[in-house]
Amino acid sequence: MNVGQSIGALVEVLTTLVFIAIAVAILEGVLYLVLVRWLRARLAVPLMLMAPAVVGLFALIAYPLLWEFNVSFTNMSLRNFCEPGFPTLGLFSECRTPGENMFNGLDNYVSVFTRPILQQAGFFQVLWQTVIWTVINVSLHVGGGLALALLLNRRLRGRGVYRALIVLPWAVPQIVALAVWRTEFHAEFGMVNQLLGVVGIDGPSWMTESFWNFAAMIIVNVWLGIPFMMVILLGGLQSIPGDLYEAADIDGASSRQSFRHITLPLIRPVMVPSVILGTVWTFNNFNVPFVINQNELETSDILVTGLFRAAFQYNRYGFAAALAFVIFILLLAFVIVYVRRTGALRGATE
Amino acid sequence: MSSTTIPSPIQAAAATEVVAKPRARVRGGGGGRTDGPLKLALIHGVLLIAALIAAFPILRVFSVSLRPANQLLEREFQFIPEGATLEAFGHVLTGTAFPQWLFNSLIITVGTSLVGLIVAATGAYAFSRYQFPGRGAGLTVLLATQLIPATMLLVPIFILSIQLGLKDSYRGLMIAYSVTAVPFSVWILKGYYDTVPIELEEAARIDGCSQLEAFWRVLLPLSTPALAIVFLFNFLAAWNEFVLARVLIGSSTELFTWPLGILRFQAQFQTQWADLAAASILVSIPVVALFLYSSKWLISGVTLGGVKG
Repeated sequence: MNVGQSIGALVEVLTTLVFIAIAVAILEGVLYLVLVRWLRARLAVPLMLMAPAVVGLFALIAYPLLWEFNVSFTNMSLRNFCEPGFPTLGLFSECRTPGENMFNGLDNYVSVFTRPILQQAGFFQVLWQTVIWTVINVSLHVGGGLALALLLNRRLRGRGVYRALIVLPWAVPQIVALAVWRTEFHAEFGMVNQLLGVVGIDGPSWMTESFWNFAAMIIVNVWLGIPFMMVILLGGLQSIPGDLYEAADIDGASSRQSFRHITLPLIRPVMVPSVILGTVWTFNNFNVPFVINQNELETSDILVTGLFRAAFQYNRYGFAAALAFVIFILLLAFVIVYVRRTGALRGATE
Repeated sequence: MSSTTIPSPIQAAAATEVVAKPRARVRGGGGGRTDGPLKLALIHGVLLIAALIAAFPILRVFSVSLRPANQLLEREFQFIPEGATLEAFGHVLTGTAFPQWLFNSLIITVGTSLVGLIVAATGAYAFSRYQFPGRGAGLTVLLATQLIPATMLLVPIFILSIQLGLKDSYRGLMIAYSVTAVPFSVWILKGYYDTVPIELEEAARIDGCSQLEAFWRVLLPLSTPALAIVFLFNFLAAWNEFVLARVLIGSSTELFTWPLGILRFQAQFQTQWADLAAASILVSIPVVALFLYSSKWLISGVTLGGVKG
């Protein structure tokens, strides 16, 4: 470890913290003068308490989103890097072609749907890949998680040990798991093909064939995602009172009937929100496709990795901004429809 | 930007915990019905296979990390390699920049988790103890930020940070990490504060505390478990974050956090297998321990949302 570098890093972290502290102090001071001294506002205290969070979220989310929305109507790119006509506090003073009109209306939004968004793949192909990715993953997460949860929800020797082992993929830092999996899919030296070799199967070349690469992504993500669903559903199962099953037993219900009429309806309140969360996270999953595929095959891209490529490999910022909003609207529409139909978040904000 | 990475385990667990409170006490034993010996054997078989699939890749990493330098590219599958050695751990710790990257991650993560905790603790107090117009809407907006794909914010954050001179330094990254977990933390803490009887603070005020003193001396000490969880969650979110770090500091090796570094070991054509394995183990052990310790706490519903008294 390099002492000079470490001290440098430490100094930078500390000065940043001091900077944040000073900024918060100034903010609170101004609010105090304005709200308490000048306006004598009744709600001065809660406003002052929330101010740092509000300002931080505005800086990190709201302002960048507004700015991005503006950029989505321009042809901004690495070559055309100018003030996009949004109040940016004079950030873009060094414009190479001052006064040039970057505004290109809805062009970006039109080309999202009509032109390839990557080099070969068009929007609908990538959307299709994303839908397949999400559907397969979420159904396997929920199916596998529910099956394991049902098995673990009984008197069983070694229950704790099974649970701890099955939860491991979720506990390991994700980037570690992904870097390791990527090497394990190596056609020659990786574990997957070596194990297939033991059974006498000649493993495919996971990193270069489109179909197998996509399959590898799904295998890894299913491995990563089942533990979460299992734990959540197990929690739901354990909250179902045992007397219900005893009563059903006395009434002569088969175990299938108990499952259908007791278990399923009663874990619904746990299952529905976790399916929403699972879908959103899978749809937005960047790390898995990015690390397993390493920006190589376009056939393995889902929308968010495609967006990353459009922005940081092809440097088409205006276009990428438009694509981002299209993706966001798709996701928002899904969530609104799903929440309406299931009443999932009813009461969550009470 | 609440979903900078895939949410960490803690966030995931707690998020669902908040939405879906268990409606009855957790039963001790499970299903209650007794199974025949054949069925029991079948159940054990399935669970054993599942546990094996879950744990095998991880065991395999241990095996790879023990390989001596002359058999890094092993075609035969062996669990404990011939001439097993701890060389790779020594090499990672002394011969690479890995300790530097770990150190960078550690100071950034500790600093930003503290800031995030303070910001969320005060914000949540306002949401829990005051009525003001826009309160419900504010909570909904906080929840809605979880929907925004992190990748969506990368373009504007990247360009704005170049313009502000925040790229290739920790300043931009740290500000982002401090705020990332705030919406989620506010939800957790607000839920927890709501379960602490307001009478306790009122009693303190009768004894002469100001409102903020009551918050500081009564509510915060009573909320230690929730504060610990939120700190832990902030910590793990920043510790495991990858894509924003890649965009903001990905071009300067000496600034790397460990996720960027570990992917460097896994370079495209010449993976340093033993180094990667050893580094993975070194990073994972504390995180897995912390996770296994805290998840039990989180998921049992003892601490969050459902807390009474």
